[in-house]
Amino acid sequence: MAVIDPANHGLRLATRYAVLVLVAAIFVLPLLFMVMSSLKPTDQLLNDTSSLRAFLPVGDISLQNYYDAFARAPIGLFVFNSILVTVGTVSLSLLLCSLAAFSFTFLKWRGKGLLLSVTLATLIIPFETIAIPLLLLVSKLPWIGLEGFRIGWLNSYHVQIIPWIADALTIFLFVQYFKDLPEELVEAARVAGASWWQVYVRIIMPLSGPVIATGAILKSLKMYNEQYLWPLIVVQQESYRPIMVGLGYFFQLQVAWGEVMAYLSLITVPVLVFYLMLQRAFIASIASTGVKG
Amino acid sequence: MARSRLTESNAAGWGFALPAFALVATFIILPFFFAFAFSLTNQRLISPNPTEYVGFQNYRNLLGLGLLRIAPVRDDAGEIVRDANGAPKYPRVRTFTRNNPDYPQYQGMREWFGWRSGDDRVVVLARDVIFMKALVNTLIFVAVVAPVQGGLALVLALLINQKLRGINVFRTIYFMPVVVSIVVVSLLWRFIYDGNDGLLNNIIGALTFGLFEPRDWLGDPGTALGAIIAMSIWQAVGFHMVIWLSGLQTIPPTLYEVARIEGANAWQTFRYVTWPGLRNTAILVLIVITMQAFAIFAQIDVMTNGGPLDSTQTLVFQAVERGYGKQDISGGSVISVILFLIVLSISLLQRWLTRERH
Repeated sequence: MAVIDPANHGLRLATRYAVLVLVAAIFVLPLLFMVMSSLKPTDQLLNDTSSLRAFLPVGDISLQNYYDAFARAPIGLFVFNSILVTVGTVSLSLLLCSLAAFSFTFLKWRGKGLLLSVTLATLIIPFETIAIPLLLLVSKLPWIGLEGFRIGWLNSYHVQIIPWIADALTIFLFVQYFKDLPEELVEAARVAGASWWQVYVRIIMPLSGPVIATGAILKSLKMYNEQYLWPLIVVQQESYRPIMVGLGYFFQLQVAWGEVMAYLSLITVPVLVFYLMLQRAFIASIASTGVKG
Repeated sequence: MARSRLTESNAAGWGFALPAFALVATFIILPFFFAFAFSLTNQRLISPNPTEYVGFQNYRNLLGLGLLRIAPVRDDAGEIVRDANGAPKYPRVRTFTRNNPDYPQYQGMREWFGWRSGDDRVVVLARDVIFMKALVNTLIFVAVVAPVQGGLALVLALLINQKLRGINVFRTIYFMPVVVSIVVVSLLWRFIYDGNDGLLNNIIGALTFGLFEPRDWLGDPGTALGAIIAMSIWQAVGFHMVIWLSGLQTIPPTLYEVARIEGANAWQTFRYVTWPGLRNTAILVLIVITMQAFAIFAQIDVMTNGGPLDSTQTLVFQAVERGYGKQDISGGSVISVILFLIVLSISLLQRWLTRERH
């Protein structure tokens, strides 16, 4: 029998924690550096990079960079645009994708198998491979809006929303979730005379909290964080630009790093706070994309 | 029979599925086929002239390669002419590729790279050198990122899977960069990699007591792609850690119990219990990373614009540069199609290599 040496055990535990902390530093320090730098005047933050002061709120701390950043670019507008596009896309996506998944899971109809297979097959098409032909397509599509009829969707909100509403991953997540719901619930409601729409609204959706959360988190991250390539090529007018494209403002002529860090912190910290509050749900949603059907 | 009547409903079924499916069909499937169609034409974003079918001309212009063996220049006595350093002198490549009736197949090509072979010089010519560089860079990016990111993510998952007090705090921290936009991360790291006041130079300098010569990581063709690779892994590794973690948690604890009783050491436990239980996860992680890595764009656009000296050109960056920047829809579409075919074949290959063996 091996005797457990308490001193040895303590040392091993300390080593384990040391490794964990060291790795954590690699992930935290750059983000800490970003936030701390945003609070310092540019000359000080450049000097501070040569010492641990880079990660500390020391010296001449102020929100001046934030004021300057707002003065340089219409940041409020960019934030509004991003939130509008994100909220619009996410809510429509959850509605239409869950409806389709409901139909794929619970209803029987001609062509269902084919449509589902075709939809899921699009999972292997990276957006980047269709961006260019899609650009041409939306530049020729007609649109009737408040300002009347026009050809071409470029420079608008809807060009940033409509193509992103339906995607195979969201439909797939809902189908996976619905499959595990007891089918008897649906049958009982149908026997009792409920319409399909009532079954969807009154029975299935109230039970779908977890998958709605997953879908909402994944899609929100995609729309808020990752919308860069698409708005870059379809939106030239500043008035429709989202935050990530708005970054271009801070790269004219000379890079003012203090302002850049302020802008980056401003658009990142809310997401990080959101994540830290809901971290279980965030991590569960990523993990669920890994569940194989 | 009664049961099937309850769920049989063509009108409702189509009605519920159609809105989402119509959007998928219009904005994913249709442009997907457009990419193939446009790649065979001279389609432009805006053009006064009608679009014409050009067959595989775009593909030939992109993929055309040639191998040229150039003999050194000799003087009248048949001796090789050498420069001051003793290196042989060769006729310029452009004498073969510009209006040379003896080499019509090389017309318009440019030198990609070359090497010495005996007295001769061998030159690989490409019709589109920038595309070739973008292709090679993208393949290098994927070939490094897929195994390294997948492996590091597994190591992190194993670290996080330990039963220690407060382990969830570390899981939360490791995952943090995943919820930060890659555009933000790219800008932040541009500052970190900066040649003058960059954080990285200063940290390495401090760790080596000033022995390290500061360098401009993104401005040097030798380090730019590597710097982008390291940053991309930093940002995304937490994502795959979580996928590995959910795989690890499907392995029944009793198996570890048995391994412990049998006296297996840590490596044996990993090799014979953990790894076999992660098969499906491994396939998934590999395919997801590969697909994400091939799509690399934002990092390049924010950090280097393909430079310096085309050392960070990538396929998507070139597709956008042509399709949007030069409004050459067909040129962008050809690259898109080639990219898709590569992604598809590598996904199929990975599936085949990791297939169930009986």
